[in-house]
Amino acid sequence: MVGVAMTLINRHASQFMATVIGNKKVGQYHQILLHVGEMVSHCRPGNFIAISVGGDSSRMILRRAFAISRVSESVSFGGTMELIVAPHGSGSKWLCAQQEGTEIDVVTPLGTAFGIPTTPVDAVLVGGGYGSAPLFGLAEVLKSRGCRVDMLLGASTGSKIYAPMEGKRAVNSLRIYTEDGSMGEMGRVTEPLAQLVADGAVDVIYSCGPMGMLAAISKIVVGSEVIHQCAVEEAMACGIGICMTCVLPVKQSDGSTSMLRSCIDGPVMDGSDVQWDLVGKIPEAK
Amino acid sequence: MSAPNPSKTLDFSTTLGNSWFPTPIFTASGCASSGKELSQFFDLKDIGAVVTKSVMLKPRHGRPTPRMAETPSGMLNSIGLQGPGIDAFLANDLPWLVSQKARVIVSIAGETAEEYTTLARKVRASSGISALEVNISCPNVENRGLVFACDPEASQRVIDSVRKTIGGEIPIIAKLSPDVTDLPLIARGVVDAGADALALINTVLGMVINLDTMKPHLGGKTGGLSGPAIRPVAVRAIYQVHSALPKIPILGMGGVSTGRDALELILAGASGVSVGTASFGNPTALVQIQSQLQELLIARGFTTLRQAIGYAHREENI
Repeated sequence: MVGVAMTLINRHASQFMATVIGNKKVGQYHQILLHVGEMVSHCRPGNFIAISVGGDSSRMILRRAFAISRVSESVSFGGTMELIVAPHGSGSKWLCAQQEGTEIDVVTPLGTAFGIPTTPVDAVLVGGGYGSAPLFGLAEVLKSRGCRVDMLLGASTGSKIYAPMEGKRAVNSLRIYTEDGSMGEMGRVTEPLAQLVADGAVDVIYSCGPMGMLAAISKIVVGSEVIHQCAVEEAMACGIGICMTCVLPVKQSDGSTSMLRSCIDGPVMDGSDVQWDLVGKIPEAK
Repeated sequence: MSAPNPSKTLDFSTTLGNSWFPTPIFTASGCASSGKELSQFFDLKDIGAVVTKSVMLKPRHGRPTPRMAETPSGMLNSIGLQGPGIDAFLANDLPWLVSQKARVIVSIAGETAEEYTTLARKVRASSGISALEVNISCPNVENRGLVFACDPEASQRVIDSVRKTIGGEIPIIAKLSPDVTDLPLIARGVVDAGADALALINTVLGMVINLDTMKPHLGGKTGGLSGPAIRPVAVRAIYQVHSALPKIPILGMGGVSTGRDALELILAGASGVSVGTASFGNPTALVQIQSQLQELLIARGFTTLRQAIGYAHREENI
């Protein structure tokens, strides 16, 4: 079953050279703009890109996966893709150091996408840190389908919040929470979210951010009718489903638990199916 | 030798036991799942064979995450043979591979010699299999004592029982570990027990310690090191074993990411080359390596792949 779904999931993925056409610092992050041509028509919010880093003689042999922040098509640039990159490790630092005009080896679009409701719903988009990046593109799609879109962004501190001006226009409301109170309100996104769920003010939650946040949101929706679609994050070696390193314990329809790959059975998963308390452990043998 | 026009044509085919393959470039067990994912990037029938992820008797969850750590020019993995179990594999994955016209080498792994025998019996009843890889060297098992390939007697026992079960039709490839003192001794033992070919090398046991937690990074603590970092170990292992057993075909693997690397393993004595970790960073690695290898062989005046196998040994043979 998973195999059949898989052949549909990555059917538009291909490996090609993309040109860096923009690279600017936004707070603690880099906004990288890539020219990807016609590929944009196949990219959906939630999909990701796997980028080869370090150049030909690099000792870094594995690609780095980044959520696609948004794609657009314009007459002057053609199809472009935006990524929000935190220069944390040696691979992301390399990417953030690439100049305009550089060609980089990419594989995209990969993985599952956020499910878009067929009828208008009340959606709450929850982003942790730069996990907010793919949510602005998602917000545009949801708005175009007539959904109400409220956004809650959280981070430990204000400089880790990613909330671009143009993104704010795509949502009905945007509230920011920081643990140190340096931006928005002091606190965590989970507190107001619990209230929204209790009030019946939300149909679907879309989330992207640290695993702890995704697990906490999943807990909040237990017992409610609210659907929680989350984009998970687990260390990947390949991004295309062959290495089996990025697995998460996920509940199956028959009640059993399978170790599913977050790259190809995700990154977008149903938060109520992920066995959060088993992450990093091994389920009982079948 | 057989080609009339050496500058243009190359017989690129190879054999392992009595199985013939149009090219010597294969996937590596555990690095291609069961082929579907890579078929998005190239046609599986265009490579020598798909070597499937080692399948066990029962469905298996594998080891806890984190399962991966990148290392300089390599990576550690600690998957622990996650898989659907042999029945689901034979019912779903194998027929799909056959429908793609891929040549299939099924890799099996067990915890006891009896499990290998049961696996071999189930495989024997299936059609469309070019060869059977008997993985007796997976490093990611709870008990290192279960790594059969570290013990000459245990590895012989497994191969012997598989040989008796499978009969003579399907070639058996015994996959060995480089983490032993005397590899040619282990190799000779499994060949005496009935292995037609040898797969060299499995990953090298390693560990990474996380400096934040100051504990082993991988959920399984130890993992298998793969990638270009281990290529010289593979070349050495293949060279040693080919020297000791020149008539036994070797499926070589270990850090191959270019045609040049593949040729190096072939010159050391490999009849075929599996590409594993390179596919993680480059999904089209197999087809690229294949065409690079063809060009390199032609540029060196070889008219058949066979001429290049073990060519690095030639002075010793004079």
